[in-house]
Amino acid sequence: MDRGGSMLVKNPITSDVLLRAESLSKSFGTVPVLFSVSFDLKAGEVHALIGENGAGKSTLMKIMSGFHSPTSGRIFYDGAPVTLPRNGQAEALGIVLIHQELNLAEQMTVTENIFLGREIAKNGILDKSAMHKRVVQILVSVGLDISPDTRISQLSIAQKQMVEIAKAMSRNARVLIMDEPTAVLTEAETRILFAQVDRLRKQGVAIMFVSHKLHEVSEISDRVTILRDGQWIATRPTKGLGLDEMARMMVGRELSDLYPPIAEADIDADVALSVEGLSTQNVHNVSFELRSGEILGFSGLVGSGRTELFEAICGLVPMQNGAITTFGHAGRFATVAQARDAGIVYLTKDRKGKGLLLQEGMQANLTLLALPRFANRLMLNKKQETAALARAVRRFDIRARDPNVLAKDMSGGNQQKLLLAKVMEADPKIVIIDEPTRGIDVGTKQQIYHFIAALAAEGVSIVVISSEMPEVIGISHRVIVMRDGQIAGTLTGDAINETQIVRYAAGLNEEKMHA
Amino acid sequence: MPDTAQTQPASNKPKIDLKMYGPAIALVLLCILGFSLNTAFLSEGNITNLLTRSAFIGIIAVGATFVITAGGIDLSVGSMAAAIAGVMIILMNSLIDVLGTGTLTVVIGAASAIMLGALAGLANGLLTTKGKIEAFIVTLGTMGIFRSLVTYFADGGTLSLSFEIRGTYRPVYYESILGVPIPVWVFIMVAISGWFLMNRTTFGRYCTAIGSNEHVAQYSAINVNKIKTWTYVIQGLCVALATVIYVPRLGSASSSTGVLWELEAIAAVIIGGTVLKGGYGRIGGTILGALILTTIGNILNFTDLVSNYLNGTMQGLIIITAVWLQRADWGSKSKT
Ligand SMILES: Nc1ncnc2c1ncn2[C@@H]1O[C@H](COP(=O)(O)OP(=O)(O)OP(=O)(O)O)[C@@H](O)[C@H]1O
Ligand SMILES: [Mg+2]
Repeated sequence: MDRGGSMLVKNPITSDVLLRAESLSKSFGTVPVLFSVSFDLKAGEVHALIGENGAGKSTLMKIMSGFHSPTSGRIFYDGAPVTLPRNGQAEALGIVLIHQELNLAEQMTVTENIFLGREIAKNGILDKSAMHKRVVQILVSVGLDISPDTRISQLSIAQKQMVEIAKAMSRNARVLIMDEPTAVLTEAETRILFAQVDRLRKQGVAIMFVSHKLHEVSEISDRVTILRDGQWIATRPTKGLGLDEMARMMVGRELSDLYPPIAEADIDADVALSVEGLSTQNVHNVSFELRSGEILGFSGLVGSGRTELFEAICGLVPMQNGAITTFGHAGRFATVAQARDAGIVYLTKDRKGKGLLLQEGMQANLTLLALPRFANRLMLNKKQETAALARAVRRFDIRARDPNVLAKDMSGGNQQKLLLAKVMEADPKIVIIDEPTRGIDVGTKQQIYHFIAALAAEGVSIVVISSEMPEVIGISHRVIVMRDGQIAGTLTGDAINETQIVRYAAGLNEEKMHA
Repeated sequence: MPDTAQTQPASNKPKIDLKMYGPAIALVLLCILGFSLNTAFLSEGNITNLLTRSAFIGIIAVGATFVITAGGIDLSVGSMAAAIAGVMIILMNSLIDVLGTGTLTVVIGAASAIMLGALAGLANGLLTTKGKIEAFIVTLGTMGIFRSLVTYFADGGTLSLSFEIRGTYRPVYYESILGVPIPVWVFIMVAISGWFLMNRTTFGRYCTAIGSNEHVAQYSAINVNKIKTWTYVIQGLCVALATVIYVPRLGSASSSTGVLWELEAIAAVIIGGTVLKGGYGRIGGTILGALILTTIGNILNFTDLVSNYLNGTMQGLIIITAVWLQRADWGSKSKT
């Protein structure tokens, strides 16, 4: 509100600092999560915030955009102390936050969402054509090829993310705060996003962003601030800061190899899962085999049918054709329960929509998939459940300062670990993990990769569906590339590299398939 | 630790207390009010009467707690009770010629009521799950059907239980065991089994999971349709049980039997703290909710402060206040 006045007061020291936080602390209930963190954001810079899962990055961003109020500490905007209005009203001041968990009205159209709360109206009547026109412009500028009248619920996660960005851009933000915007984006979409970010930076917008993909941080940011366990560790110019250095400061120790040594695949191992001529609405005639103890990567562009393929195998999506054999037993699974009982579990990439009960604590979530194991006929064994939680927290290093925290209040990375713990409770022989490290810090990534490798060494078969190429390459024995619902190619050994994957995913290697 | 502890409890405690103990506090306050208006309120006779009357709504509301927790709704319970009562009376009357007026006739009547309840619930359940029709619509439909069936059976009038058999059946409503009326015993048993089912079994956990997010439930190997259907069957069984102990009270059924019971049952559930959109259910709260509703009516009977005709108004106000007290965030939103 007092922005107009304070803009005239040019403070020589903070002249280009647009938004500054001074000794912010934050507790939820009695649980402290931020300890006296100071942070500043200059006009025309991209300032990256990095730290492990649960370090407090999202919390800091929410405070700086008014969604949370700090327990103590002050915020300065244009050099003047402000109390940011709550619940997104800071947008009126030019501070826009794009949440880690997307915040779109699912049943409304793209246009309605972009203009939500600030519709163009003449005398109280919506000017639909004006809004439509404006949205078309914005969508073109972010390179998003969808109709403005599409309902959000029909979009892919990546498209939703781009709509959020389009929405923020339409608000002429002076400060744009983005919480893991690239977590769900493909490489190509990330390029488009970064082009937009760069454009906004040149216009003098101050941009704050979180990413666990350190190479992105190094590519797009001007300065980096590192948080660890709610404490400020350092703020450094990005130039000259190596990726290893960043990772080391984040986790507070030297990180050894990100990818574990993968034991040679045993070609003579039993076939755990064999799929013959599987077809669904978007998947056509897919056949492959998975051996015991094998880590099979599934690569391909978003929408190439990988998720649908495995959802069909697990009885989540209707199958039109195809035969499935698990450990020598032929038979499709009509329900997830049947698949689970046969030893196959699927870990969804949609943590919040399909993975966790957000309003429940860790306990109820952990045992849900394998609940019959925790019951004698109908009756639950609470002791056994409690013991399972204690075990899972240790085994997967789930960090929650408050053991009764609701799943929705856990940091993204810890939610992912909880989800992994949840499917492992079923004691599966075949684990299908869709995007295993989406939104996960390097330290945790390393843990998860090592965990996957250890499982494989025990003889568990693992399918890793991932859009992150280094990940697929780093941990798979074999990689299958899908394109348009079909298997475009299978790579083994030295042939597993980015060039090959990209060629198959883009359809450039078609002829070789028949050779 | 100590420094954060200073600031928080003040803002956190009241919220938790109200959610957990709100219904109990409300009931105690009502009892104090009732006692101060008329000391006879806490007499043994009145308390017994109050509990007996709570039994019908209470038993039905326990069933409703499962339906609502799993994200459904059942509007048909009042009409279902009337229809079951009607069929039961017709059946028992016609059995007199064959089996006489003994216990057997009553037992067969009661057993068929239970069967009908289960079947009616099954119909509601299958139409919502397999038929993929909104629960609201399905049960709105069956509500009309059941209601018109009882009117049809009674030919627009009243179906009366034959006099000879009333003597046999009467004790089910009027007798006591160990000083506690039989309906109250049934209520207690239903409440305990309901609590156990909700809080100690996989079924209860699955209801909660489905009510909070059906997708997550499906991905977690839960047979969503089966569990949901079961909640309606349980609801039907509860309605049937309530009807079995209700019929001997008046010995008749008409088109006005059980009118608005669905609203009272849902109100009891909501007052008790169960979330209407599902995902969180409290059997204990539901029991208190049923007691609260009956107590209000009872207090109005005792005093002439407020006209008895305003019973509905008082209940409505209590429901809205109760929910407001539970939903209001008591400053927790402004704290975070
Ligand atoms: N509303 C809340 N209530 C209670 N605790 C919370 C709440 N929001 C966050 N927390 C806790 O605060 C800590 C910091 O969480 P935050 O989401 O800021 O982490 P993050 O750095 O963004 O992690 P990630 O990289 O996983 O997204 C976590 O321990 C989390 O459980
Ligand atoms: Mg975060």
